[in-house]
Amino acid sequence: MQKSRITRSEPDEHGHWGKFGGRYVPETLVAPLEELTKEFMRAREDTKFWRELNQLLRDYAGRPTPLFHAQRLTAHAGGAQIYFKREDLLHTGAHKINNALGQALLARRMQKQRVIAETGAGQHGVATATVCALFGLRCVIYMGAEDVRRQALNVFRMRLLGAEVVTVNAGARTLKDAINEALRDWVTNVHDTYYLLGSALGPHPYPLIVREFQSVIGREAREQILSASGRLPRALIACVGGGSNSIGLFHTFIGDEQVRLIGVEAGGRGDLLGEHATRFHSSAASGGGRVGVLQGTMSYVLQDANGQIATTHSVSAGLDYSAIGPEHAFLHDTGRAEYISASDAEALEGFELCAKLEGIIPALETSHAIMPAIRLTRELPKDDAIILNLSGRGDKDVQLVADLQRR
Amino acid sequence: MSRIRETFAALKHLGRGGFIPFITAGHPDVATTELLLSELAAVGADIIELGVPFSDPVADGEVIQRASERALRNGVTLRDALTCIARARQNIDVPIVLFSYFNPLLKFGEDRLAEEAKRAGVDAVLVTDLTPEEAQTWTEKLIQRGLDPIFLVAPTTSDDRLAQIAKQARGFIYAVSRAGVTGARDQLTSDAAALVKRVRAVTDLPVAVGFGVSTAEQVREVWRFADAAVVGSAIVSQIEKLGGSPDLTNRVGDFARSLLA
Repeated sequence: MQKSRITRSEPDEHGHWGKFGGRYVPETLVAPLEELTKEFMRAREDTKFWRELNQLLRDYAGRPTPLFHAQRLTAHAGGAQIYFKREDLLHTGAHKINNALGQALLARRMQKQRVIAETGAGQHGVATATVCALFGLRCVIYMGAEDVRRQALNVFRMRLLGAEVVTVNAGARTLKDAINEALRDWVTNVHDTYYLLGSALGPHPYPLIVREFQSVIGREAREQILSASGRLPRALIACVGGGSNSIGLFHTFIGDEQVRLIGVEAGGRGDLLGEHATRFHSSAASGGGRVGVLQGTMSYVLQDANGQIATTHSVSAGLDYSAIGPEHAFLHDTGRAEYISASDAEALEGFELCAKLEGIIPALETSHAIMPAIRLTRELPKDDAIILNLSGRGDKDVQLVADLQRR
Repeated sequence: MSRIRETFAALKHLGRGGFIPFITAGHPDVATTELLLSELAAVGADIIELGVPFSDPVADGEVIQRASERALRNGVTLRDALTCIARARQNIDVPIVLFSYFNPLLKFGEDRLAEEAKRAGVDAVLVTDLTPEEAQTWTEKLIQRGLDPIFLVAPTTSDDRLAQIAKQARGFIYAVSRAGVTGARDQLTSDAAALVKRVRAVTDLPVAVGFGVSTAEQVREVWRFADAAVVGSAIVSQIEKLGGSPDLTNRVGDFARSLLA
């Protein structure tokens, strides 16, 4: 593996980070993706666009989010200081609203009246339904049947917000299948429909767009930690499904060589293919460590020996996905970021610990980063700091956790 | 001259349109696919497209999705599809296009695929989710081994891109009749004829039209403005309905023949 010290991470004009990324789609989608790329590049240089987005982020979503010193969790761990970046405090309860607002403004610039989106845990679906309500756009959300079952509260929220929720019964009935169905809708309705993709994956320009809109997390966090502790943190840690909250936190720090970037994948309930969502896991039976193409982008993809995409398992719907965003694949191969995993059981342990010690109930996705963060701080001196991205709140998971505890 | 070029030259000479049926490899099982290849050739297919089943067929409608799922449940692989073709090749001379999503080919190995596809008697390869921008080395590998890379064009494709695509393509251009996934539609839209006209302005390659072509009437309509009609979901749907019946092969053959009536 090549281990060059990179200080920046930008794709080429076709959306490639090294060999990763790109645009692997049916021909019909090329034109709308090019149109979206052009509009995004124009918006990116447009101060009016950013003024409007920043105002919405502040007045509607609730930015900036605080950087909270989690002192009791720090004391419990007994090592370096743990800070939470409180994305859970945003309107709709997770970082997803950052991207949804940005892309809704793009949809409006492109004069699209209909917005579609996929959702796993339902947080991106809720964020999309919310911004569509705000902008008066028609909204259709695709969600796997298994996720509809385990995230019933979010389904109800989306419907309250005026969105149509379409249950997807194909495949494993989770996030991957919802994305397939959203892509099929888009390919059919390209003329009037905006596809508001929720994670840093899919064909170019989506990984770039989502990262740009989520990078506000890291920009704020860098300023906040410098003003709180007078120096950069030793490490950042965040859960990684497709990878939007983690890339949002990491990106600003890529040039800060002394800051370790640590992504936590869903270890699920075992090492075998189908039992986890650890795309970088390279043991022979795991199905990980394999480069492939899924849903428009080249990255690490869990798959069998014949190139069929594997199903995944995670207690958290938001991490239950077979591929990882292409920029993460690039950061992994260049050695700039590290990727570890936490099992379902560890995630539940982190969930309960965070609730009891800090009075914060984190999303099950976010919970994957908590036990690894504790282990990490124990290896570090007490006057060092780490930032954990508290990407979402756990209200949506309370029923599921109650069911699991009863078993 | 490639078998595909010969076929289109012959069609032109005869002054008739070409018929290109599509079936999914291993649907309902590998042995039947092998029989179907011969049957379709016998009833008048000018070219046959054989689909490699994939777990995440984003360009396909429900009929072909179900066919893929069925084949994958039977454990059908790309290797099985090639074996099928190699066996059928002993009896038939009709050109065969391997139709696949990119990931199974990538996993198989691009060089190895090009080599083994050629050996099995494949004439061309169409990769649904591989655009010319990402396909350059892949295209070269196919051409080196005498295989034709086929590309899709869509009503949304700009004239500039049509020219780019035509430069990389060999054999024929596959024009997608309308924005959407595969599957039967009651009517062809005017998009298809307009697209074919735009393609003709940039290349001499023959043009086949597919996606939504499902009746004899629609086949005849396509022939009025294009060189060949591709029928997929309508045939796959017959195979699904007849699944397990002892005379499946003959009856699918009858259905295919009826499309040419």
